[in-house]
Amino acid sequence: MNLTGEKLKREPLIHISKRGALPFWKSWLIRLGAIAASLLVCAIITYTLTKINPLSVFAALVQGAVGTTRKIWTLLQGVAMLLCVALAVTPAFKMRFWNIGAEGQVLMGGFAAAACMILFGDKLQPTVLLLVVILSSIVAGAIWAVIPAIFKAFWNTNETLFTLMMNYIVMQIIAFFSHVWANPKGSGQINTINERTEAGWLPVIGNYPYLLNILIVAVLTVAVYIYLTHSKHGYEIAVVGESENTAKYIGINVRKVIIRTMLLSGALCGVAGLLLVAGTDHTIKSDTAGGRGFTAIMVSWLAKFNPLVMILTSLLLIFMQQGAGEISSGLGLNKSFSDILSGVIIFFIIGSEFFIQYQIKFRKHKEVEAK
Amino acid sequence: MERTEAIALKNITKTFGSIVANKNVSLHVFHHEILSILGENGSGKTTLMNMISGIYHPDEGEIFIDGQPASIQSPRDAYRYKIGMIHQHFKLIDVFSATENIVLGMEEGIYDLKAAEKKIRATCKKYGFEIDPTKKIYQMSVSEKQTVEIVKALYRGADILILDEPTAVLTPQEIRKLFDVMRRMRDDGKAIIIITHKLNEVLEISDRVSVLRKGEYIGTINTAEANAGILTEMMVGKKVSLNIERSEPKDLQKRLTLTNVTVLAPDGRAILRNVNFTANAGEILGIAGISGSGQKELLEAIAGLQHLKSGSILYSNPETGREENLRNKTPMQIRNLGVRLSFVPEDRLGMGLVGSMGIADNMMLRSYRKGGFFLLRRKEPRDLAKRIIEELQIVTPGPQTPVRRLSGGNVQKVLVGREISSSPTVLMAAYPVRGLDINSSYLIYNLLMKQKENGVAVIFVGEDLDVLTELCDRILVISGGVVTGIVDGRDVTKEELGLLMTKAHHREEEAQ
Repeated sequence: MNLTGEKLKREPLIHISKRGALPFWKSWLIRLGAIAASLLVCAIITYTLTKINPLSVFAALVQGAVGTTRKIWTLLQGVAMLLCVALAVTPAFKMRFWNIGAEGQVLMGGFAAAACMILFGDKLQPTVLLLVVILSSIVAGAIWAVIPAIFKAFWNTNETLFTLMMNYIVMQIIAFFSHVWANPKGSGQINTINERTEAGWLPVIGNYPYLLNILIVAVLTVAVYIYLTHSKHGYEIAVVGESENTAKYIGINVRKVIIRTMLLSGALCGVAGLLLVAGTDHTIKSDTAGGRGFTAIMVSWLAKFNPLVMILTSLLLIFMQQGAGEISSGLGLNKSFSDILSGVIIFFIIGSEFFIQYQIKFRKHKEVEAK
Repeated sequence: MERTEAIALKNITKTFGSIVANKNVSLHVFHHEILSILGENGSGKTTLMNMISGIYHPDEGEIFIDGQPASIQSPRDAYRYKIGMIHQHFKLIDVFSATENIVLGMEEGIYDLKAAEKKIRATCKKYGFEIDPTKKIYQMSVSEKQTVEIVKALYRGADILILDEPTAVLTPQEIRKLFDVMRRMRDDGKAIIIITHKLNEVLEISDRVSVLRKGEYIGTINTAEANAGILTEMMVGKKVSLNIERSEPKDLQKRLTLTNVTVLAPDGRAILRNVNFTANAGEILGIAGISGSGQKELLEAIAGLQHLKSGSILYSNPETGREENLRNKTPMQIRNLGVRLSFVPEDRLGMGLVGSMGIADNMMLRSYRKGGFFLLRRKEPRDLAKRIIEELQIVTPGPQTPVRRLSGGNVQKVLVGREISSSPTVLMAAYPVRGLDINSSYLIYNLLMKQKENGVAVIFVGEDLDVLTELCDRILVISGGVVTGIVDGRDVTKEELGLLMTKAHHREEEAQ
């Protein structure tokens, strides 16, 4: 045993320890600092890679996100759609039910809406059809979510894998029906449904095609907030999520809560599908959900499952996404470059959570003369 | 005898966030001695020892081993310095034999189990350990597992042994055996540190005692010059009377009657076998046993959380005079029958409370169903929270602070306070003072005593036999899921309890 050699080993210079509770303003200061730092890194990357003045890139970013009235509307619509899915996954996440199948649940809701529009477009009264479209998409989303919930509740299957696989099933269903209902025939895709009659389309308020979507999601945000923080159901969700043993101990029926919460989560996904298909696109493709089912997870986590904060986090992500598009087209950089920038910014934002939870300490080394 | 210094700690400080676990602690341990580190729960004993054994690293200060400054970065480093720590929770692999566990992780190329076994047997013989090196861990009793841990440390050449609360899980007989081998190791020149908060053990085994209080080093005295009073005062910082005033039970009334209760584990093994007893209103019924003998399942069966294979649990309702069978009812159904049953479970944050919620929201656990159809009523739980904070002197920044952030004693006060607030007729408490400081412990004992005097049937699962014999009117002893005796708490001795606690085990071994 070579002890003398071992003893020369250095003390570690830094080590990490957990923080106590941080005051509210301090944690937001850290987050703002992270965003500032991320912009700095973005600027350095931009300059070294492209030699374009970083300021003009940032200007293009803002320009692309909120430069014109039309862009502002698109931005709000994007925020509303992402927020809607994030609202849907949040009750499940609060219950520690890792629903990563929101993508599929949204698609299922949208698919049900499209199917009703296609099948009953000229058979039902417009108002009746609209009701059928709304109901069927909500129910379809809920069914798609409750299947894994039932398996979880009764046989304790892994919900992460289950919900993920359910995504692929619905994508294939839509791919299949895209051929069956192809319009024009043989094109392999469904064009705008009921373009002439607009049967089954959600109504438009005035001249603002996105306004209804935005209002619906605004109402849902408040509703989900109240549901989670002030209702008995929300309380039960929090208890089940924190500790199933505690839930059983006080007599909560854990199975019932899991199934009920996933019904709600799926129904909200169904609403998102409805707004996308009957309210915006008026068609269905297997990428109609556009990855929102996954991005929503990030929105929800970054906001620590608080629906009101989720408005901010979804705004941030959509702002970056839309602004980045402008960089690629306006400055002649390709799309990948904007992805790099959003990646850097999101990395810093998520990374800042570490510094809110932990602190880094430098070792105060005292020299000792006794050797 | 010339004493040589084994370890010296100089001005060690360790913080976790805003919590100071150790502050400027300086300590010396010599070869040929047993040093007790005494302190209440949360006084930083284990943290300090974890720094010696390489699990934590001090923020400030230095450690000297054999007079040389040492940097201990990992448990492996600790072994290089010949330091071995026996943790409170054993770190053994169940499916391996004792020998396999002992050699595991040593860098010696191909393991020579035969040679290792021989060496282990020699070590055992030298110090008087009784283990079978070929026995698998899962077949061992707690005390055997502990022996394996100690032999593991010795096998790795440890000269400095640290034992973290080694007696917490042992019966009086096993403790005596452990103390014997500790003395033999000391006489062989080892430096032994024993962490404990039990005064009588400190006085019995150690040569010197070092006391910590709230992370700070208070002082060291020779055991020969110490007594329980002096040590308590050093530990708590003021004089404390350590007497429980047990009142004579009056108006005994049958409250709960268990008949032939059998509960099976998921693997089909019986966790409780034909348990029979009566719990009376107006008395404290203690439950003693080695941990894991079925105490938890027994309370959970009564609370409606375990499925009964057979038997019945009859509750005599003092208001209606009716008898209700609680067998296989859910906690909800039990409450709907008008049974006022309160339960302080062993796992406070994992079962009794929700760690991330504040005191007010935790009060709501029992009452949130009241009020309107959809929305929560927050006012009553908030008022209750304020009342309990005041009455039980809970230290918290406010009723909204997550209870996880509170100290162990305060967490327990929240839980016990809530359970008592619903004026129960039966109060079950599993290890309610585990991890609590002396003052909080006595506060809990007095609360239980007051409940008993108010005519509540109190069932108290405890581990400290001194407390059980001082607090309880009757003591039920459980061993391997079988009730091995129900004795009078006033005239039973600890040794008698110890024998009952291991009775079924012996019977099982004989049968094999």
